[in-house]
Amino acid sequence: MTPLVEVRGVSKHFGGIHAVDKVDCTLGEGEVLGLLGHNGAGKSTLIKMLAGVFPPDEGEIVVRGEPRRFANPREARAAGIETIHQTLALAENLDAPANVFLGRELLTPWRTLDTDRMEHEALQVIARLNPAFRDMRKPVRAMSGGQRQAVAIARALYFNARILIMDEPCAALGPAETRMVLDTIRRLKAGGIGIFLICHDMGDVFEVCDRATVMKNGAVVDTVRVADVSQDDLLAMIITGERPR
Amino acid sequence: MQVTRFTSLVGALALIWIALAFATDGIFLTPRNLYNLSIQTCVTAIMACGMVYVIAARQIDLSVGSQMAFTGMLIAFAQVQWLGAETPFAWLASIAIGVLAGLALGAFQGWWVAYRAVPAFVVTLAGYLMFRGAAFLVADGQTVAPLSTTYARLGGGVGGSIGPWWSWALGLAACAWVVAQLAYERRSRARYNAAVAPLWADVLRTAITCAALLGFVAVVCAYPDPAAEGGAAQGKGIGAPVLILVAIAVALGVVARRTRFGRYVFAYGGNPEAAVLSGLPTRRVLLGVFMLMGALAAVAAVITTARLDSGTHSIGQMAELYVIAATVIGGTSLAGGTGTIAGAIAGALLIQTLDNGMVLMDVSSAKRQIFIGLILIGAVWFDGIYTRRQAR
Repeated sequence: MTPLVEVRGVSKHFGGIHAVDKVDCTLGEGEVLGLLGHNGAGKSTLIKMLAGVFPPDEGEIVVRGEPRRFANPREARAAGIETIHQTLALAENLDAPANVFLGRELLTPWRTLDTDRMEHEALQVIARLNPAFRDMRKPVRAMSGGQRQAVAIARALYFNARILIMDEPCAALGPAETRMVLDTIRRLKAGGIGIFLICHDMGDVFEVCDRATVMKNGAVVDTVRVADVSQDDLLAMIITGERPR
Repeated sequence: MQVTRFTSLVGALALIWIALAFATDGIFLTPRNLYNLSIQTCVTAIMACGMVYVIAARQIDLSVGSQMAFTGMLIAFAQVQWLGAETPFAWLASIAIGVLAGLALGAFQGWWVAYRAVPAFVVTLAGYLMFRGAAFLVADGQTVAPLSTTYARLGGGVGGSIGPWWSWALGLAACAWVVAQLAYERRSRARYNAAVAPLWADVLRTAITCAALLGFVAVVCAYPDPAAEGGAAQGKGIGAPVLILVAIAVALGVVARRTRFGRYVFAYGGNPEAAVLSGLPTRRVLLGVFMLMGALAAVAAVITTARLDSGTHSIGQMAELYVIAATVIGGTSLAGGTGTIAGAIAGALLIQTLDNGMVLMDVSSAKRQIFIGLILIGAVWFDGIYTRRQAR
């Protein structure tokens, strides 16, 4: 079976710094791949290339057997790759429907924004993630962390992504909201969606990830099946940058 | 949030009007003065509508006054020297030339900002100099006059208003629209479980709006048209510049709320990084914002040159300050992402009210400049307090 995504020897330099250095990894259907490593290990740079924010300097990204080169985030989205950035990338002055459909607005036959329909559709998706979410018209700025996360996830889900990138989705959340995100990940996985998950919490990693790719200084230390290692093994890999014996 | 801010602005305006009425022995509130005030406000307000977009997108345009001067000169020169002032439709063709020139100036500035990443402050400061110089070059510093008589009516002077009958018809239509809007808004909010304001508050707001609209019509109709022939002097009615302003304001209000372009402007201003990550065509949006501003500067130039019945390269001096002040007073935050067309128009009315009132009180132009400058600082200071309070 062809994997959903294959990253082959991808590198990215910023000036003299090898932010990402010949990285290989794969993601299959219904699989959650944890991307682990210290800050500055190259995880965010790697996923930005997958998300189409900037192209790799070397190597290729193969999506469902087809080598792809994304000139911008829109092309990555068109290829079925949705990204939930660590910053969530929400326009905080706009309301939830505007953010869910940002860049992909639903239009009326007169080419104007179909705000009623966008509001209705956004409510449907968000209600599945967070049933307590009612007021669709307040700006994102006025929402709690969990509600913002729900908006960001809804934006990725509405367009039937097959590949999802989540950059530290639980970093700023409380326990109940973290639970909501982990449940969502499990549900998406059951639906055959492949997920790249950047995460620092080992408990979360062991709860939802199938495999984990550990990075240090831009390069891959190793990729392991989570079931085969202990939390200590993974932590040792992250800290020392050496494979477990 | 925007509503409360707008309400406080209208309240401030009402207080200033009352104060000016006393300070000028009622001259301020005469129909003649209020008609003139409505015309004076239009030039600033039309450009302020565009400045809402510019500032909401975290940009600034310091060159609007110079853009006015250049496009105004070009319009006058094209009309008089190339086409002949009284050639049929020459006035329309010259306006088209002016608006195209405005779009070109905007495209020039927008290109440097969006595609070459030069800060808007620098680009438009350069534009401020360059376009003023270009305006001088059009007719080698000379004044071009007289303009087409049809064109001159656009300035709201002689024959530049629509008379009482049409004014009342328009005023009533506008009231009907405001009421319909209220009903639609309430129904839509109730349907989607959004918070609905109490009925009395909405009714009060609508009643005040309608009273203001009809009051305005009554005032401009009470101003006898000096040009009217015969004994029974007819009221002037709504001036042509006001109609142009209303058309632009309605159109830009719809664009802001109902089109992708408008939404992207506000999304970019709210969070530029998110706009890029969401794949928005941010460069094209910025380019469009500056082009819109250029076109509106050309429209403002049309009204100004029509009022003067001539084109001179000195028009629009300090217009950028009045326009930016009006926009900021109207609730458009310099931090980007917020702002309303209605607020900008109210802000323009406030600035022009102060200007007009001080002229009536015989305040020298030097002192007026000092005062308007202080108002600008005050408005930004207030914006800062308001934004911080909201962020908490």
